[in-house]
Amino acid sequence: MPIDVYLNVTVAGILTGLVYGLMALGLSVIFGVVRVVNFAHGEMMSIAMYLTVLLFSSLNLDPLVMLVPIAAVLFVFGYALQAGLINPFINRPEHSQFLLLVALALIIVNGLLILFGPDARTVQTGYAFDSFEVGALIVDATKLYAGAAAIVVAALLFAFFRFAPLGKAIRACADNYTGALVVGLDVKRLYALTFGIGAACVGAAGAMMTLIVDVTPMIGPAYTLLAFVIVITGGLGSMAGALLGGLLIGVTEAVAGLLFTPSAKSMFAFAILVLVLLFRPQGILGRRSI
Amino acid sequence: MSAMLSLQGVSKRFRGLVAVDGVSFDVADGELFAIIGPNGAGKTTLFNMIAGAIAPDAGSISFAGEAIGGLPPDAICRRGIGRTFQIVRPFPALSVEDNVVVGALLHSLDVGKAREHARDLLRRLDLFDQRGRIAATLTLPDRKRLEVARALATQPKLLLLDEVMAGLRPTESDRMVAILQTLNRDSGLSIVLIEHVMRAVMALASNVLVLDHGIAIAQGKPEVIVRDPAVVRSYLGAEPVERI
Amino acid sequence: MPGKSSAAATPGHLPGRLARLALAVFGDVPVRAVILLAALFTLLLIAPWLVNDYLLTVLIVVLYFAFTGQAWNIMMGFAGQLSLGHAIYAGLGGYIAAVLFARFGVAPWIGFLAVIPVAAACGATIGFLAFRFRVAGVYFAILTIAFAEFARIGFDHLDFVNASAGLFLPVAQYAHNDLWHLRGNPTMFYYVILTAAALVFVLCRALLKSRIGYCWLAIREDEQAARAVGIDSFRYKMAAVMISAVITSFAGVFYAFFYNNLFPEQVFNISRSIEMILGPIIGGIGTLFGPILGAFVLTGLAEALNTSLIGLGFDLPGAKHVFYGVCLLLVVVALPDGVWPWLARLIGVAERSQ
Repeated sequence: MPIDVYLNVTVAGILTGLVYGLMALGLSVIFGVVRVVNFAHGEMMSIAMYLTVLLFSSLNLDPLVMLVPIAAVLFVFGYALQAGLINPFINRPEHSQFLLLVALALIIVNGLLILFGPDARTVQTGYAFDSFEVGALIVDATKLYAGAAAIVVAALLFAFFRFAPLGKAIRACADNYTGALVVGLDVKRLYALTFGIGAACVGAAGAMMTLIVDVTPMIGPAYTLLAFVIVITGGLGSMAGALLGGLLIGVTEAVAGLLFTPSAKSMFAFAILVLVLLFRPQGILGRRSI
Repeated sequence: MSAMLSLQGVSKRFRGLVAVDGVSFDVADGELFAIIGPNGAGKTTLFNMIAGAIAPDAGSISFAGEAIGGLPPDAICRRGIGRTFQIVRPFPALSVEDNVVVGALLHSLDVGKAREHARDLLRRLDLFDQRGRIAATLTLPDRKRLEVARALATQPKLLLLDEVMAGLRPTESDRMVAILQTLNRDSGLSIVLIEHVMRAVMALASNVLVLDHGIAIAQGKPEVIVRDPAVVRSYLGAEPVERI
Repeated sequence: MPGKSSAAATPGHLPGRLARLALAVFGDVPVRAVILLAALFTLLLIAPWLVNDYLLTVLIVVLYFAFTGQAWNIMMGFAGQLSLGHAIYAGLGGYIAAVLFARFGVAPWIGFLAVIPVAAACGATIGFLAFRFRVAGVYFAILTIAFAEFARIGFDHLDFVNASAGLFLPVAQYAHNDLWHLRGNPTMFYYVILTAAALVFVLCRALLKSRIGYCWLAIREDEQAARAVGIDSFRYKMAAVMISAVITSFAGVFYAFFYNNLFPEQVFNISRSIEMILGPIIGGIGTLFGPILGAFVLTGLAEALNTSLIGLGFDLPGAKHVFYGVCLLLVVVALPDGVWPWLARLIGVAERSQ
């Protein structure tokens, strides 16, 4: 196959990977701080995607414009979830919290199935079929805009955790729970905020993702697994790792889809997951102590 | 007679911190040996290396003539070394009796025989009346005795006790000392104990090793080492401790 | 000594040995529990005469989940390893037995003999990778999901088993029930799954009371402490995974021959894995009767919900699973030990090791 096909596929993979990365960033933030394994992550993203589809079909607003309100809605959802359901069970065994989210995921997926039916929904923007040509490279406009938006949101998030006092407080909780308590931080509120932020990331990613794929209820679980693959590969608790993992998986999927049957592309993601879990469980950029 | 347990030049470091630095000592068969020293001296790290929870970076550990350094904990237990933990770890949801049965199953193929052996040990450790209680509901002294019973059920030739007196009132501590002395006398069980309770050390031990910052700073009979100026300076303080 | 061995070989001793075995396994069960169990079992035995065809099918599903739930419970409730990919064993079992029957006419019971080593090897692989490389807890769960997904996508592209188009078993009109080939009416399948579920129950009880059961519980409670008393935790965890895998694979064989069609997308789906764990979690992980109670309660209520919804004129695919999710949520939040321990205390038949 000619080299520019690979190039195009790789670039498409990178752009999609950026959106994956943003989604995984949400999971990484949640796990890194709150230490909750959010098994309903992909399902939250599918809520965002369906919201986007609904708003688009009724108000005809571009998904990227609706980014902020949708992220806000997911923020509230995440905050409420942590504050109401998860915070009271902080001291329960790990698998208890995990199963809580499994239950939630089950409810969300099937709730969406009841509400929207199994058929795929799409968002057809005005620029849905546009593309940019840079030399031999042909880039889909949708993917380019989605990727760019992902970079912007990720950058905002990095800045928040680096410079904002609230962001630093959250990082303190992650580093040392007891220490944070002793210093007087309202850890439970910060946990809720963090979950909200993670959910907002997912919401934003969901809005962007509607530009790239069709929406069905079953993509929820698929994205949950993908998010875990990315986060574990890139490094649990490492934000840069989540983005890196996203890029890696995005490109791998795209190229694998080209070389083998497209439907088998997630097999590679899983193969990578197994290898990482075995040989480098902390991921590429993760810290040693899991 | 060759030593039951022999450590030569054992060292362990964690990243930048040297926890144990070239420690050597021998424990004779049937001996009661104590290891004392300030917190952070490396005592539990030493135990963990003997018991197989972590592997030494340097040096050799041999038990009954066989090199055991680096073996996993279950292999070490099978060779005859039992241990208790500094923070007690009974099996919380199991009954007192079942806790000991688990230990007894190492040498009894049959659950029935293991249960008999367990009951026998529970009687010796004054826990027989509580054998049906769930381990998590026990008081601390009882849990400590339970852990000793469980370790004894594996029929060890050497028992490692990590601060087994900690948190016990003097009467309970004396009770434990009496039990250990009886075990040592009746079955020739060798015991190595890490202790801060000097009362128990003086009552039990025939040989004491003092660790400070991972280094052995003194070794000898209890009456001798408590007067050792280096030991007094680093750990005991100015008041000499009398043997009870 | 010749005389002694021939005496032991006489048939008269067999009832005696069975009686001693039964006593060892069930000896210290409270009388009330034995009576209740016997009553339940009797009811189930005569059920085909009491209920209509639809309810019989529901009971088959209930017993299917009671069976798989107990198998999963061995790994999680006894040995403490959370698997969310158990569908892989059922899928392998179903596909292997189905292919052997559809292409070579091999009876499912013989087919199962071929399934056993494959399921055991699959479990051993997952277990080995996980335990040797210290993958535990939630990471282990994710690893099991990955394996199941891998199988799903793999089988979806495997032409040998008809890939995503699905594998179909030949169904002919049979004049009578053929137990050997598992061809027949629902009543036959009912008794097969009832026997299987009952046998697993006895097996679990026997395992729990044996040496291996004690070691498993110790590992579940505190693996490091268990190793400190000489338990080779790796070996026992592997045993749990492999036993659980083999038992679950039989469920797959049953599934294949009862429904007569297999699609990778459905059979290896994570939903199947989650369905398998709902019963034991809701009923009570680590208990003997929990998975059975969970299966009855969950499936029973779900079917009741479905029927009433349809009666009211709603056709909601997914309502059942929303219900499952809600039940799981309620149990995790309010009754983390499951419904059975609470109920057992209420009626005075509490199990000993919980």
